Parts: sequence; C-alpha cells; structure tokens
Amino acid sequence: MANQGPAYYSPYPTAVYEGVITPPEGKALLLTEVVDEEIAMREIAKVMLTSENATIFPGPQVLYGFNEEAKKKAKLIKEMAEVLNSKMIPMYDYRPKYPKIDAEVEINPNHPNLTIWHNNIKAAIFIGVHCHYANVALKIVRAETDCYTIAICGLSGHEDAMATLRDQHSSELEKFIKIAREVKAELGK
Amino acid sequence: MSKITDMTKTHNWSGQKLVTADHLLFDAPREKHFMTGSEVLKEAVKRCTVDASVSYPITPQSEAAHLIGELWAEGYVGVYFRGENEFGVMSEVAGCAMAGARTITTTSGPGTLRAMENFAQWSGTRIPCQLILMARGINSPLTIQPDNLEVSYMLETGCQIWYAENVQELFDMSIAAFIVAEKPDVHVPIITVVDGFFVSHTREAVMLPADDIALFPYEPYKSPLPPIDSETPPGRFLRDPFVMKSNYISYATHASWQWEVRSAVERSRPYAKHFLNGLVHVTGEEDAEIAFVTCGTASNQAKEAHRELMKLGIKTKVIKLRTIRPFPTEELIEALEGVKNVFVPEFNVVGWLEKEVKTALYKKSDADVVGGPRVAGGMSMPAEAIIQEVMEKINPGKGA
Repeated sequence: MANQGPAYYSPYPTAVYEGVITPPEGKALLLTEVVDEEIAMREIAKVMLTSENATIFPGPQVLYGFNEEAKKKAKLIKEMAEVLNSKMIPMYDYRPKYPKIDAEVEINPNHPNLTIWHNNIKAAIFIGVHCHYANVALKIVRAETDCYTIAICGLSGHEDAMATLRDQHSSELEKFIKIAREVKAELGK
Repeated sequence: MSKITDMTKTHNWSGQKLVTADHLLFDAPREKHFMTGSEVLKEAVKRCTVDASVSYPITPQSEAAHLIGELWAEGYVGVYFRGENEFGVMSEVAGCAMAGARTITTTSGPGTLRAMENFAQWSGTRIPCQLILMARGINSPLTIQPDNLEVSYMLETGCQIWYAENVQELFDMSIAAFIVAEKPDVHVPIITVVDGFFVSHTREAVMLPADDIALFPYEPYKSPLPPIDSETPPGRFLRDPFVMKSNYISYATHASWQWEVRSAVERSRPYAKHFLNGLVHVTGEEDAEIAFVTCGTASNQAKEAHRELMKLGIKTKVIKLRTIRPFPTEELIEALEGVKNVFVPEFNVVGWLEKEVKTALYKKSDADVVGGPRVAGGMSMPAEAIIQEVMEKINPGKGA
C-alpha cells in the first residue's frame, strides 16, 4: 500500500492538500514546479522514450469523433504513439466492469493500478479523459504505483499527475510531436 | 415569448445579449434600485441564462422561488417546475444538472434537512448547480425564524459554500457562483447562503446592471464527467453508482473520489478570489487588537459594534468571511496579524463558525478566540450584545 498521504488517513496523497495547484495559462507543471510548456514537453518526451512500457491512455473525448477537433486529435495521438514508441490502452467507458477489468484491453479509472501493474507500465499519458475520472485515476496511480503520470489536458490540467500540459489542442499536439521527434533523435532511439 | 431554441452565438432565448461574467459584474454600468433579497435574486437569475429551476415552498425562500417562476413565464428561464417535496426537488435538480442544464433552486431550514442526502450526491457527481439557501431555524420546536444552524449541516457535504451579507452581495454572488461552479476544474455545486428574513425580506438600495444582458450559457461538454445524453457521444454513460458495488470496487477508490471532490472545492479559490474581490473583506482599524470574525448579517451587526466601540476609544476590526467552503484560512491568519482577541458573533446556538475559526487558527495564531455572542431561534443580535461581550473580556468584572 502507498505511503500515507497528508490528507488525514487517506492512503492517497492529494496534490492540492500539499499546496500543488494546476499551472497558470501558458505554463506547465513538472511535479511541484511551474515551468515553460516547451521544457515540460521535452521532459515528457524523454520520460516516455526512456521508461519501460510507456503507454498512452486515450479517453472518450478523443476516441469518439464527436467534433472535428476530436478527430484531428485522435490522428495526432496515433502519430504521437509511433514517435514515442508507446502502447495505447483506451479508457473508453468509466463504469465498473463485470466480472472484472481486462487489463490487456482497457484501463478503468476506478482501479487503474491493476492495468499499470499488469502491464508493468512505468510512464503513462492521460489524454481525452474527462477531468474527474482522470483525477480519480491519477490519485490512485500516484499512490499505488511507481508509474510516472502525464496529463495532456484540453482544459486547465491535473495537479495529481507528475507532469501536466494544459490547454492542449491539435496545434499543441503537433508542437509536442515535433519536440518528441527531436528528443528521440537526441536519445538515438 | 421567445423559445429556448432561439439561442444564438450573441443572444439567448429571451433576446438578452450574451456577455462574460467579468463584464456583467465589473464593467457594465449600474443603476440604483430598491428591492428585497427575494426580488434581487429574481434579477440575478434573470441575467444568468438559467436553463432550469425547481421549486418547493418553505418560508422564507418561497417568494424567491415564486419570483423565479415568474421569470419562466416571462421567457427568461428554460424550464421551471415544482417538486413534490425538498428531497424530490434536490433530486430533480441533480437530474437537470447531470443532463447539462444550468440549474438553480432555493430552500430554507427544515427543507434543507429533508433534502440532505442529495447535497452530498450533488458534489459526488460533480454537478455545478446552485442552491440559494435562505437560512432559517431548524425545527424543534417548530420555527420559521431566522437562524443559520442549518449551515453547520452543510459544511461537510463537499459543496462550495459562500455567504452574502446583504442584498447587493446576494445579487453579485449568485451570478459569480454559477461561473465559478462551472469551471471544469471546480465543477462542484455551490450553496449561496443568506440569513433568511434579514436579507430575503429586507428592502435595500442595490446597484444593478441593465437587464438586457446575461451570462453566456453553460457548456456541458466541458464537464469533468460526461453529461447524460444517450444520443450524442461522448456521453453514453450514466454516472454509475459504483460505490454500491463494493464487491468489485475497492474502498480506496471511493476515498480517491471523495478527495477529488474536496480538491475541486479547493481549486475554486483563485476564481472566488477574483469574482468576490478576495475571500475575506476587512473593515475597521488596521492595527486593532480586537477582531470580529463573521459571516452574513452578523458582519453588519459587528460593524455597528465597531462604530460604537470606536466612540469609546477601543479599536476593532471586522473580518467578514465570504467563503466558508473553501475556508479562507490563509487570508484569515493574515488579517489577524497583531490581533489578541477574536470574537465570533453568530446566529445559531452551536457556534459552528467559532469551531471553523478555531480549527483554522490552531497552532497558527496566538489570538484568544471567544465564541460569541450567539443568538438563536430568531433573536436579533443588537450591537450592544457584541459590545458587552468585548467589554467583559477586556474589562473583566466591570462589564460594558
């Protein structure tokens, strides 16, 4: 079980109770530090390219083509996975699963640690997951695994991830892919 | 009458021009009016492009609910209906909000308690609805008198709680409340409290912007949970009551969920600071060693006591808390710098605000906190009662 968090006897460390808040507009968050977006993008690319079983967890907001932006993002995420040499495990349905979650097929926000343990995932990107489910899952992952979590968020970000990029739309994803290619070349991957 | 389908990018269904909250609250020119709290709430709702309102009568909020109903008849509110009782109302509010509607309701006293289970359900499902709580005594013996004991029951529901002192604050707060509650990283319900009768039934001068402007509509697709919509993906999910399925879902998941709801309330701080111009308002003498920590109309009475004590050469200040959840701990500690005696006047018998203040100050302030004066069951709190409390403390045995 995880270390006892600061939030009373909850096993879950809760970032806001440690004074960590989401980054301001135009900035990103690396652990507790607010940094320029590009610095965070480089670090995220590096972590993804150097960690075991790096995985992208796309959520319903990029899995369903409910608007043009979602369709564009979905294609870019596929490209991102190729550049980062990462797997993809979707989070497409937030309901509890019966009789049990199939960790090979999907990640469920109610027990994301099972998927991460089962696949020995050491770095993960959450993208297109509704904020609440992302935050619930990120708290559990943070508490119960040694996986480095990354939130690429279309809104204001997630302080419970180890790295947060906020306001990420297709143009920002294009920028990230470009940076990831550069980092990949630098690492000789 | 215009129709709900008439919404455009620039105007809502009632023909009001859509504007930002900043424009509505800070930039738009205002005119003076003379209104009760209930009437002013109608004016606020009129400018909020509200999709749905559910009502059930209970004194003293009945008039406010009735006036929101008139707004529906006038074409300003999308849907309006009466629930079967307060439990039903709050459940129906949940349904409206989960479906993506900007939703408001009002209640008071025993109505609040009758609906109690729903408030934790509201926050648990992260809906951004607004409850205007016109605080009234809790029954036994039966009462309709003003009293804010019921707020103590609401403190741990996971909802944001703001407290308005007067009619003007009720107007401004209830508009800002929607905007803060609807921020995707907050997105938990908001309870805007006023002291019943003292505010709801008091006619005061109030500055209002024109009524031909209104807030942009709520955008449900920015919700942290998918809105219930069985037709349009990504929304084919009900908000599953997964906690019931404890055989499959770990209790720890429930813990994470609960901390996330409370984290969301904490994330509201910067937005509330902006729209409320700070989480606390301080009036009086900056170098005072005596402070009153208050909310609601107790602030008004404390300000009166401050003026009288000034005549006696005793410096005091009033620290009015505008948010109770999140509790403005940092701002309170800062405002109490140099203060030796803190008094917490409140309109209830249990002293819930005193407990909150003591919890916040524990090991962080050397000030001595006196829980009082307290009045309950509809009694008024004359400034003399506050002055007496102060004099007995600083001048023991000699009284006021």
